[in-house]
Amino acid sequence: MGVELILFEIALTFYFAAAIVCVLELFKGTRTTSKIMLSLAVAGFLFHAANIIARYVLSGHIPIANLHEASSFFSWCIVFLFLFLEYRYRLGLLGSFIMPVVFVIMLSSSMLPRKMEPLSPVLQSYWLGIHTVLAFVGDAAFALAFGIGIMYLVQEHYVKSRHLGGLFQRLPSLQILDEINYRLITIGFPLLTLAIITGALWAESAWGSYWRWDPKEVWSLITWFIYAVVLHVRLIAGWRGRRAAILSILGFCVVLFTFFGVNFILQSKHTF
Amino acid sequence: MKVLVLGVNHKTASVEIRERLAFNGPKLEEGVLALQQLEEVKEIAVLSTCNRVELYACVGNTAAASEQIKDFLSGFHGMKRPEFEKSLYVHGGPDAVQHVFRVSSSLDSMVVGEPQILGQIKDAFEFALAKKTTGVLLNKLMKKAISTAKRVRTETRIAENAVSISFAAVELAKKIFTNLGGKSFMLLGAGEMAELAARHLVNNGVQEVLVVNRTYERGCELAGEFNGKAVRWEDFLHEIVHADIIICSTGAPSYVLLKEQMQKVMKERRNRPVFIIDISVPRNIDPEINKIDNVYLYSVDDLQEVVDTNIHGRKLEAEKAERIIAEEMEKFDRWMSSLNSVPTIVALRQKAEDIRREELERLRNRLPALDAEQMKAVEYMATAIINKLIHPPTVALKEDSEDRDELIAMIKKLYGINGEENEE
Repeated sequence: MGVELILFEIALTFYFAAAIVCVLELFKGTRTTSKIMLSLAVAGFLFHAANIIARYVLSGHIPIANLHEASSFFSWCIVFLFLFLEYRYRLGLLGSFIMPVVFVIMLSSSMLPRKMEPLSPVLQSYWLGIHTVLAFVGDAAFALAFGIGIMYLVQEHYVKSRHLGGLFQRLPSLQILDEINYRLITIGFPLLTLAIITGALWAESAWGSYWRWDPKEVWSLITWFIYAVVLHVRLIAGWRGRRAAILSILGFCVVLFTFFGVNFILQSKHTF
Repeated sequence: MKVLVLGVNHKTASVEIRERLAFNGPKLEEGVLALQQLEEVKEIAVLSTCNRVELYACVGNTAAASEQIKDFLSGFHGMKRPEFEKSLYVHGGPDAVQHVFRVSSSLDSMVVGEPQILGQIKDAFEFALAKKTTGVLLNKLMKKAISTAKRVRTETRIAENAVSISFAAVELAKKIFTNLGGKSFMLLGAGEMAELAARHLVNNGVQEVLVVNRTYERGCELAGEFNGKAVRWEDFLHEIVHADIIICSTGAPSYVLLKEQMQKVMKERRNRPVFIIDISVPRNIDPEINKIDNVYLYSVDDLQEVVDTNIHGRKLEAEKAERIIAEEMEKFDRWMSSLNSVPTIVALRQKAEDIRREELERLRNRLPALDAEQMKAVEYMATAIINKLIHPPTVALKEDSEDRDELIAMIKKLYGINGEENEE
């Protein structure tokens, strides 16, 4: 087993442990548990980063060339953003809604073929790095918006139903959840837009046409429209709070389908 | 001498009636001084707050005095008696004392345990004291009402409750808005609890305060207290758009804010969240409003429920408070009847003195031969006899015993004292 595979397994184990602690935290959280969870996530993140670097060194190109690598990189982006938000805002319980998602994506990544194949000539372009990094950082922002959207709905339910039990005390305020949700989408949306544009440019240089109605392209466009609607109704009609949260949850489901579903169900030129 | 209480509160009267009967600003001095002039009224103090208007009086005859006071209220406030009479409660004697103690201890408040009422009672009595409209009885009653309230506060957890309700409101607001700095707040109506919650919000950083009141002057007064802005009642739907937190306590008989109106407001607010607390009884805000997105409506009962999960045995605390009040009432009663026995003692002495003087006069007429020294000896003897005779009943009257009232009546009967004339 190569070094990079061992690093991956270690990272996966740390994420698993972090996810377990996160779920436990929902039932009985203390300062210690959230500290433990954060250290586990940071450790997983570092090993994960080492894994990605190792793969880069070994393969000689950005390791986002197959579905395994792509989903691994995707979850790494999510953890990065999560740690950033945690550092910046210290939102209680955010980990409980994010780390399980990270673990599931990593787990599916671990079950996909991990072989490092030589890059096919069409993909050998600097567009690979730009297009994929933009797409995954954008998707990671949507993933966090999804987690925060769920937190919003849970907290909103407590406040609306006037039963302030359970997680009410530990969840952040509605306003901050709504604000961060909005901010994440304003980060994710331009990145997704750029990813689609760079993808089109890359397609033109590789295959000779900008847009070929490939299922991945179509679903990316659907995703783009959903988030465009989220931003539009927010700015024009002042849709915020519950509706914005629901839309961002829905949006991320489409992101996941675009990412995994299209590859398994539909035929696509994209390898991931 | 008896204590008489006449009043209306949030339970018996609508806000319109309370506002019309209120003794606001200059009306208070005018009213107190005029009430004191009433024939049947010996001492008087007036309490006028948002939730209650109460008159505390010391009177000889409760029925006659309450009639006279009702007539006065009718004339003073320009209301016909039937307009307010059915909302008016009248307590005399021990019931009146109990009522005063319950009010000062905040057991009669809309939100049981809210602390402001004690200060308001103190102010009312101090005002009366300054205007010299109170006397022995009301002064004692005031002192007792305050000490009873303090006992209730320290010996039970009733007071914690009200504080926790406004505390819960602030906590909840923080879970909706993160922090309250820069938020604006509208106080719709007035009331002990509403003001308490308002104060809590302001202490927690709420910046803009809008006060809406049916009586614009009263609104201005309140707005001054919070460094806020008074808004006319007619304009409130216009201004409500700017409010992030609304406390409603108008006591109107029906809803003042309907779902359709709030939907429009939310559109104008571009769905920025609103936290509404409806303290009014009956409710003043359509409960359906809670179904609108980004509107969070809580009633006092809802907040109470939030608090109740923390405070156990609230009923027990209330019972404890009632027991304290019963104890204090008994003490006050004893003091009052000792007050009652003084005139009897005076009358008894007077009676004995009269008899002594009369008999000595008759003796002098019958035996003019007695010289000065002999006369002096006889006088001395007469004085000694009556003193020895009235000493035991005097001691008995002064003694603090349960059946003193009966004793007073008995002594009056036995010695043929007609109490009423001698009471002053």
